[in-house]
Amino acid sequence: MAEAVLTNALGGATDDDGAETPTARAMRRLLRRKGAVFGLFVIAFLVALALFAPLISPYDPNAQIWSAVRKAPSALHWFGTDDVGRDVLARVVYGARASLMAGIISVAIAIAIGVPVGLIAGYVGGFIDALFGRITDAMLACPFLILAIALAAFLGPSLGNAMIAIGITTTPIFIRLTRAQVMAVKVEDYVEAARAVGNPHWRIALVHILPNILPALLVQATLSLAAAIIAEASLSFLGLGQQPPAPSWGSMLNAAQRFLVNAPWMAIWPGLAIFVAVLSFNLLGDGLRDALDPRSR
Amino acid sequence: MKTFRLTAAAALLVMSAGVACAQSTLRIGLAEDPDILDPTLARTYVGRIVFASICDKLFDIDEKLNVVPQLALGYETAADGKAVTIKLRPNVKFHDGESFEADAAKYSLERHMTMAGSFRKPELAAVDRVEVVDPLTIRLILKTPFAPLIAQLTDRAGMMVAPKAAMEAGDRFGLHPVCAGPYKFIERVPQDRIVVEKFADYWDKDNVHIDRIVYLPIVEDTVRLANLKSGGLELIERVLATDIKDVRSDPKLKLATALSLGYMGLDINIGNGEAAKNPLGSAAKVRQALDYAIDRDALNQVVFNGEFVPGNQWVSPENPYYQNAFPVGKRDLAKAKALLKDAGVTTPFDVDFMVSKGAETQAVAEVIQAMAAEAGIMMKIRVTEFATSLKAAEAGDYQAYLLAWSGRSDPDGNLYSFYKCKAPLNYPGFCNPDADRLLDESRVPPDAPQRKSIYEKLTKIILENHPIIYLYHPRVLIAHTDRLEGYRQMPDGLVRVTGLTLK
Amino acid sequence: MLTLLGKRLLQIVPTLFFVSLLIFSLQHLLPGDPALVMAGEERDPEAIEQIRRQYHLDRPLPVQYVYWIKGVLSGDLGESMRLKQPVLSLIGEKLPVTIQLASMAIVIALVIGIGAGIVSAVKKDSVWDYVANGFALWGISTPNFWLGIMLIFLFSVKLGWLPASGYVPLSEDWRSSLASTIMPAFVLGNAIAAVLMRHTRSAMLQVLESDYVRTARAKGLLERSVILKHALRNALMPVITLGALEFGTLLSGAVLTEQIFTIPGFGKLIVDAVFNRDYAVVQGVVLVTAIIYMALNLLADMAYILVDPRLRG
Repeated sequence: MAEAVLTNALGGATDDDGAETPTARAMRRLLRRKGAVFGLFVIAFLVALALFAPLISPYDPNAQIWSAVRKAPSALHWFGTDDVGRDVLARVVYGARASLMAGIISVAIAIAIGVPVGLIAGYVGGFIDALFGRITDAMLACPFLILAIALAAFLGPSLGNAMIAIGITTTPIFIRLTRAQVMAVKVEDYVEAARAVGNPHWRIALVHILPNILPALLVQATLSLAAAIIAEASLSFLGLGQQPPAPSWGSMLNAAQRFLVNAPWMAIWPGLAIFVAVLSFNLLGDGLRDALDPRSR
Repeated sequence: MKTFRLTAAAALLVMSAGVACAQSTLRIGLAEDPDILDPTLARTYVGRIVFASICDKLFDIDEKLNVVPQLALGYETAADGKAVTIKLRPNVKFHDGESFEADAAKYSLERHMTMAGSFRKPELAAVDRVEVVDPLTIRLILKTPFAPLIAQLTDRAGMMVAPKAAMEAGDRFGLHPVCAGPYKFIERVPQDRIVVEKFADYWDKDNVHIDRIVYLPIVEDTVRLANLKSGGLELIERVLATDIKDVRSDPKLKLATALSLGYMGLDINIGNGEAAKNPLGSAAKVRQALDYAIDRDALNQVVFNGEFVPGNQWVSPENPYYQNAFPVGKRDLAKAKALLKDAGVTTPFDVDFMVSKGAETQAVAEVIQAMAAEAGIMMKIRVTEFATSLKAAEAGDYQAYLLAWSGRSDPDGNLYSFYKCKAPLNYPGFCNPDADRLLDESRVPPDAPQRKSIYEKLTKIILENHPIIYLYHPRVLIAHTDRLEGYRQMPDGLVRVTGLTLK
Repeated sequence: MLTLLGKRLLQIVPTLFFVSLLIFSLQHLLPGDPALVMAGEERDPEAIEQIRRQYHLDRPLPVQYVYWIKGVLSGDLGESMRLKQPVLSLIGEKLPVTIQLASMAIVIALVIGIGAGIVSAVKKDSVWDYVANGFALWGISTPNFWLGIMLIFLFSVKLGWLPASGYVPLSEDWRSSLASTIMPAFVLGNAIAAVLMRHTRSAMLQVLESDYVRTARAKGLLERSVILKHALRNALMPVITLGALEFGTLLSGAVLTEQIFTIPGFGKLIVDAVFNRDYAVVQGVVLVTAIIYMALNLLADMAYILVDPRLRG
């Protein structure tokens, strides 16, 4: 786990002494790692795909061309067509929306709930900490996907509910991480100093502690995004996520199963898309972790 | 060294002896895991496939849908239609050695009619009581004449259970069923396998050549077929229409088909609760518009490679009861739009479209959605688990529902429970007194032409109201290894296991 | 050491309590009447009332919870609605299957992960290092169900080497048992191999720079002996205990893998139960899973304490 990085959260490229601020240093180290740069580029590309899908996609993802059912990749359809005649490339492009949104919103939910809870638990300590600790342990004791499936099944199948389910099951990780970070930072000199000066607790938590644990949270957020994308694909694969006909990489894989022999391109492209997206987030997360870890060379 | 040679020789001997006495095993791949294996409590189609090997019925059907004897030799209907005398086959034993006689038949039928949770009650609702005439004859006294009765006895309602075993086990009977079929139940590991073995005292034992059958539920269609091709299975049910070419081109496989007795249709909620109050549910014209917007031939072509049969009635165009006066229509988008305008409906409008999970149902739903959208009817697909979708349908929690019915040999089985007011399968909430009257009337005449003319009036009412929009009739598609000989497919989709040899 | 153990055991009790609350509330999240769900097709109001009374559904929620806990503590986890079989016996049938799969997965993960980790650490920054790193990344980035589908496509459909689905118990025929489980085990173990590989690599790197390894090298010991006897033993401990903690990941992965390969294990049991609204099974399975996970955690902690005398304080 990356240790807290001493930083002035408002620092620019250089601080008052002219030396490089930690933020800039981190950025520089990040950009030096080829993997992270690659990941960053791919993520930017996927985000662009998602945002500008109508401009990029050659076809309407839901347009069924009944005379072109299950056609192999060709000049007309670069990725081929699916079982009801829809262009696979178009669906992969639009599917980026579902997957990225699912990733971002799930992690956002997890952070929105997990970080405040972890802050309070770590800072206040005592009974509250023990209570939340046991609740978090309980949630972590149940396998992640099983909880997500149960939640999504009970909430009803839809992309929104899948995002909520994934968000809730990712929350314990952030609670734990935040708490551990807070407990490590809480005993640092500058925090003690802030307390001695008479700062109210909420100010200490928000201004002095939170910015110092952001790097670790950022790394975890990136890695959890990767996991959330896979989770959404898994839930959609089981029919619990994005409902038809809206495209999602996971539900495309579900439909593709029947046609492995007749139309393997239906399975290859969405699978590759998931792989590339997840890989990029993992690369970026790794890069961030190394860049923000003061111990690495 | 000597001991080694000795043990090696002994091992070889044992192995070769084993090979010589090798049992023939038929491994059948099912598309789902059956529910409880109790003929009285069972509801699934795959359950019926397993029952075909372990539980014999009073009667069976042949390819032409004629009734043939099984545990009963014949029947006679009284002149007023209110009593049916059935002669039973002598020298039949249950798997536990009990004799099959009139008492056992009476017990089985009464169990179907009265046991708590029995799903056979509506099927035998017309039966008032069962009388034993002599050890090999029973008489069913009916409340009203009921022409489809014998057809019911060719399915689960006619399955005979061993009385002693059933009485001891109660509702646990399904965990270890004891019947009188060609195979007896050995074991079941849920979601893994069901194993049955040849019953030595079967009444037709000379016709049973395979020693053991193992039913393996394999939900993924591709995987099921892959298993068949690689030799892991000898027979699979529900081959995907899109895999037919693959099976036909494989020299080691054979495809057995029959036109199914069932259909795939769109149930429209017209009177079942609040959800019915929408343009589709409230105006017959709107439903007719939807009917015109659907191109059944294209649907068949896209999803099933043209292998299935488009339909517009509850029996297929090849069925003797099909009303030729009302043929399957072609798509007419202009007419659809005109009808919508006529009905005073502003397009586009949304429809909650419930679809039960299934390999091909989703594709069907998506094609229908695209077709309907062109007429301005926006169907919002909601994929639901099958069991959940049934409950939602009962509660009226849907506006359109894509639902398949496996079909029954008597057309009444595709009609009565669906259209009679408040009938159990009447999810649309259709209630028409004329239709009710015609439904009851159609059960009385013993011969087909009379019933067919009653059905003609019924068809007119139904096609004008469209509580169910029929889409197509699937083909039963069974693929098996060419080592399996003697297999013939019946339209009810069941896998019959007598008269088969495995090379 | 015992006090540490005792403290840990005490912590488990409230955790288990919360797990049970979580599980119990899952059933009641569903809109609708559980009595109707349990009644199935039975529409007789008296029969429904009888079900309500029998399962204590007419009592307030806390009371229902107590009844359920009482049942659990006496070994009665309820009954599967769909299959009419006691949940405990269902679990007893399915768990060994998943355990076999998981064990094979862990073996694969250990062999591939640790092997790749060692190679990568020893040959740092060489081609092998990149290959191993690439493999690790691939392992954690590939959705396991896609990998499973691709493997089936390649090895069963196209090459016909392995059966596409089904499960043969080890006791029945070890050869076909292996054949039926090797692909799903690989899919499961693949992601864990990746995690293990990274941890092994970094642990090995740390150890290889350490004093006592330098000493061993200075003493003139063969490189291989240095690696195997000294470096590995110290690097391996955290790695192996990590394996125990990956149980949760294994089970999550098993859910989809068993679905695709049609293996009648724990994962498939719970997916089917969730989809069929078979609450008793869902509750029982999650409870058992949680208990196993916490037990493994405890064992891992104890192993740490045993091995590292510094922690015994």
